[in-house]
Amino acid sequence: MKDIIATFVSYLPEWMQYFWPEWFQYLISNVVLALIILLPLFIVVAYYTFAERKVIGYMQIRVGPNRVGPKGLFQPFADMFKLMFKEIIIPTNANRYLFLIAPVLAFAPAMAAWAVIPFNDTLVFSDINAGLLYILAMTSLGVYGVIIAGWASNSKYALLGAMRSAAQIVAYEIAMGFALVGVLMAGGSLNLGDIVNSQAGSVYNWFFIPLFPLFMVYFIAGVAETNRAPFDVAEGESEIVAGFHVEYSGMTFAVFFLGEYANMILISLLTSLLFLGGWLSPFPSLMGDSILWLFLKTGFFMLLFLWFRATFPRYRYDQIMRLGWKVLIPVTIVWLLVEGIAVYYKVGPWFA
Amino acid sequence: MLGNYLPILIFLMVTTVMGSAFIILGKLLGPSRPDAEKNSPYECGFEAFEDSRMKFDVRYYLVAILFIIFDLEIAFLFPWAIVLDEIGTFGLVSMAIFLGVLVIGFIYEWKRGALEWE
Repeated sequence: MKDIIATFVSYLPEWMQYFWPEWFQYLISNVVLALIILLPLFIVVAYYTFAERKVIGYMQIRVGPNRVGPKGLFQPFADMFKLMFKEIIIPTNANRYLFLIAPVLAFAPAMAAWAVIPFNDTLVFSDINAGLLYILAMTSLGVYGVIIAGWASNSKYALLGAMRSAAQIVAYEIAMGFALVGVLMAGGSLNLGDIVNSQAGSVYNWFFIPLFPLFMVYFIAGVAETNRAPFDVAEGESEIVAGFHVEYSGMTFAVFFLGEYANMILISLLTSLLFLGGWLSPFPSLMGDSILWLFLKTGFFMLLFLWFRATFPRYRYDQIMRLGWKVLIPVTIVWLLVEGIAVYYKVGPWFA
Repeated sequence: MLGNYLPILIFLMVTTVMGSAFIILGKLLGPSRPDAEKNSPYECGFEAFEDSRMKFDVRYYLVAILFIIFDLEIAFLFPWAIVLDEIGTFGLVSMAIFLGVLVIGFIYEWKRGALEWE
């Protein structure tokens, strides 16, 4: 990434290099690099919402959106412009500032987590050695946006949705954290690139084989963390209308929406990085490692999110809490013990 | 080493500015025609009976407390997991004891019904 910054600075006209102090060049080049990651992410998010409507449409034997542009391909942009020109309603009793800050608090961490994601061996915005810890911190911050939104709206449905969502996110975060500890034991590093490289070899070396229970727990917890079906009681449109964002309209709603979808993509990407070898090829003797593998694996998990929504009925709240506390957490604790012993005896190709 | 964290700070600022910019853009482009009915909190078509900051179930509070215990423990497990290769038997056994204490606490919570929702 440093090379890219240097190249970028060298492309600037000479007078700019003369007038801009060095720290400003540094700032601008980092902002540009951040945008290089974030803008494609926006496009992916936009088309993910479109894909969701299409995929669920076909699963329910209908066509989905097909009016705006060829085959409905411009639909996400139409939605975006519509939301942009809608009134932002702030309820009379709401706490104005918190009400407006909440969507940003939900959105900014979801996006900021992308700063440490490695896309291949060299393509990473910031290659810090505590990458996974940073990701855990950022994904945990999202709950503040939800709970502040619910409280600031001063609406009963919003408060109920926020309470449910906060308790649920918090419960599944524990299972998720335990699953991450399992990955750390196998990978021996907090750096995401190192974790992927320690899975080098073939499909047999990937962590989803020795850590299969943790792999399942991680993805299930990821679905619950993002408040997606079948764990979407926080929104629960048939009981509490839209949950924590019932009072939000226009762009404030859109920002929540962007954050949620960016989080879904992030969970998919992390699952493929941590358990499925990221950009590594499953059969290195036949095909080389490529960023395309990462996209393929991520795409599969993104499809799973949509598939779940089309397939499963919503869990009841007590069932969600039971699954989180009484199934996922015991499973992870037991498996950490098994894995600890396996690491101690250096079992198989994974812990050697 | 800390130099690697400065771009992250810039990244965080970019995302925060972006999120705020969206909302400001929405404020600027959208109409603003408030009226009493529209700005009242949503409640199935009738007037709100009372303030919506109502009492809520104490179990939410319990979940928050349990979360702190377990999350802290994950924070302890993180550094342990990284150096597990180097600390050998001593590390494994001491963490097994630590986890054992935690599991006893967990069973206690379970038996006392702290995890029940009905």
